Amino acid sequence: MIPEIGHFALSLALLLTVVQVVLPLWGVARGNAAWMALSRPAALGQALFVLVAFACLMWSFYANDFSVRYVVQHSNTALPWAYRLAAVWGGHEGSILLWLLILSGWTLAVALYSRHLELSMLARILAIMGLVSIGFLLFILFTSNPFDRLFPAALNGDDLNPQLQDPGLILHPPLLYMGYVGMAVPFGFAMAALLAGKLDAAWARWTRPWATTSWCFLTLGIALGSAWAYYELGWGGWWFWDPVENASLMPWLVGAALLHSLAVTEKRGTFKMWTVLLAIVAFSLSLLGTFLVRSGVLTSVHAFATDPKRGIFILLFLGIVVGGSLVLFALKASQVGIGSRFAAVSRESMLLGNNVLLMVAAGSVMLGTLYPLLIDALGMGKLSVGPPYFNAVFVPLMAPALFLMGVGPIARWQRADAGDLARRLRWALVVSLAAALVTPWIAGRWSALTGFGYFLAFWIFTSAAVNLWGRLAKRPRREWWRILRVQPGSYYGMLVAHVGMGVLVVGVTTVSSYEVERDVVMRPSETAAAAGYAFRLDSISQRPGPNYIADRAVISVFRNDRRIAILTPERRIYTAARSANPMTEASIDTGVTRDLYVALGDALDGGAWIVRIYVKPFVSWIWGGGILMALGGGLAVLDRRYRRRVKQAPAHEAPPMAAPPPPAYQGARSGVSHRVET
Amino acid sequence: MKPRTKRSLIVLGGLASLGLATMLVLDAFRSNLVFYFSPSEVAADAVPSGERFRLGGVVAEGSLRREGQTLRVSFGVTDGARTVPVHYEGLLPDMFREGKGVVTQGVMGAGGVFIADQVLAKHDENYMPPEAAQALEDARLAASAGVIEAGVVREGTP
Repeated sequence: MIPEIGHFALSLALLLTVVQVVLPLWGVARGNAAWMALSRPAALGQALFVLVAFACLMWSFYANDFSVRYVVQHSNTALPWAYRLAAVWGGHEGSILLWLLILSGWTLAVALYSRHLELSMLARILAIMGLVSIGFLLFILFTSNPFDRLFPAALNGDDLNPQLQDPGLILHPPLLYMGYVGMAVPFGFAMAALLAGKLDAAWARWTRPWATTSWCFLTLGIALGSAWAYYELGWGGWWFWDPVENASLMPWLVGAALLHSLAVTEKRGTFKMWTVLLAIVAFSLSLLGTFLVRSGVLTSVHAFATDPKRGIFILLFLGIVVGGSLVLFALKASQVGIGSRFAAVSRESMLLGNNVLLMVAAGSVMLGTLYPLLIDALGMGKLSVGPPYFNAVFVPLMAPALFLMGVGPIARWQRADAGDLARRLRWALVVSLAAALVTPWIAGRWSALTGFGYFLAFWIFTSAAVNLWGRLAKRPRREWWRILRVQPGSYYGMLVAHVGMGVLVVGVTTVSSYEVERDVVMRPSETAAAAGYAFRLDSISQRPGPNYIADRAVISVFRNDRRIAILTPERRIYTAARSANPMTEASIDTGVTRDLYVALGDALDGGAWIVRIYVKPFVSWIWGGGILMALGGGLAVLDRRYRRRVKQAPAHEAPPMAAPPPPAYQGARSGVSHRVET
Repeated sequence: MKPRTKRSLIVLGGLASLGLATMLVLDAFRSNLVFYFSPSEVAADAVPSGERFRLGGVVAEGSLRREGQTLRVSFGVTDGARTVPVHYEGLLPDMFREGKGVVTQGVMGAGGVFIADQVLAKHDENYMPPEAAQALEDARLAASAGVIEAGVVREGTP
């Protein structure tokens, strides 16, 4: 009964979404406000019914309803209840339903939090997002129905893929999807603005918080996925240039370009076309990511579907979305005016440089990801593009972008003085160069690439400090606190996100330059040394878990004859799985400056075991950087600027504090050179 | 310098660096393509010598040997028609088993032994990497295509 309710709720959601698209658009064309106003309740209804469907599926998993095929395929009575619930998105059908749930959630959020938008604009935005929803609803109902019954019902389920039985499964897919699907909002805004022929600073200001929010979720989702792969796969890697990872990195890169381009459009009225194009590309890449990951064209733990109908449906849908939006773009682009001009050295030019670099990086990732698929599809053989390609391309492309990250935020809009910039940044340059030389020397081994990595990281840190100092230097000390307090949230958001990037660079540089990896054969009470640490295998014993049996090693780690950690890597055999494949469960002692990582390999004759030992300096900084970037985005979203009424003239608005507003609060098109923007 | 000259210089500079970037990207791309071959193709000497490539198929039943208590292992990768011996030193992935699909990456060593530095079998137990599935399919087709083709393959090997 419950699964039928879920199925029925999806059908009703489809009906309501059609209403959400058709009638308001008709109302826009006819100038009928009552019809336009239908979009809000329709979006609410859609979200409600999709939520009902999702809850029904969750219930089927929770109650172990093995008459539902999807539940049989991905669950088991022995599975702990938290994983039973998360198993909802452990397979193809449920993930697509999660996609849809999040899309209808974002649509509802737009409907609720856009009271300042004109009704016709809101109707257009919700209609565009509704079109995307319709695509996914049709996809679920016709090719991937999670509520399909199995007759006769199974006695027990096949179990969830053991690699997915991890807290990461509970968080990683929802976060990543929040990011992917969130890109539908800027896409909807851009399409609506194109339809209306109205791309102005207000449009950019409305779009910014949505784009930033979804980019933050994407950042967190990618960081969490990377951390999960790091501790789950037992290979100690944090990024494999796997097509599935690339599929999430591409919208992230384009999303980052979009955030920066939106800033220019809001502040200066320039880059409008480019911004719209980025919004289209970012969402298209999100869809492409879904296609790559879910269609089964890729060999990976993420690939579920084997039904070619599904792949073709997604491909068709992708073609319609990309093709349709690009056609609309081409038709309407000529109506969009060009914004104010800017000089070769200005914040605009540097943000343009950042955009070009990010896009070229995204393009080169795309080349490496899609080329093997293309060659395969054409029947020209099978090949793969190795990580060396991505490293060789990505590093030189990102390096200038990171350098610009230090200069851009200090440069003035419209026209900046190169000499003045050089003067203000000279100390940052000196400190960064010194750090590039000294840090590797302290760490023990110098190489040009390592030094360069540290240079870029310190360049980001020091130039952020110069930026902050620039606001305080000419003021008396007693005013500092007040000045710091009135800086807008988006300013701090920018600083925090950039520093987060620097933290990430420190982590990547250090771990790739100084990590130590050893595969050793150990017997109990034997000791292996790595990077100044001694690892002693104390014992190995069998230990039962809730739905598995594990061989568990106890390994003591010593430094200078003092025990600093006890690690317990396991090799688990999941009893419910169809065949008894062992799963490696690494054990990690996480620290700020280093991770000690141990994974258990095969048992050999005579009580010996293969043990993989890693010492990974600063690896946690990689994820720390990701969290800082997301935090920076969050600070920017909470900026007061986005919460005030748009129709009021900005100059009349009194800030909540007694202090006069900083220059950034003036109108976006006033032509004044600002110092405060992000 | 006139603003217009300046602007065209900037545009030229931009185009030049974009061209340079493209060149670097394509160069890195070309030198990092790793082709995939099946055991039959390896046996037929279809692989350019000295080149890194991927070898895919199924781990031959009863072929897995470990060299004493070391990390060195050897096993055979088969597509049903031909089997290529593989040497590897390191931890085998969780999903590695005899009779299951596998993809290895490395170079051909002396005596027709494939020296792998990477072994990929990270999928669930019912999942066959498409490369491995393709190899089995090709070998099956080749076997049913008749004696002539098989004869050609045999000619290439002593």
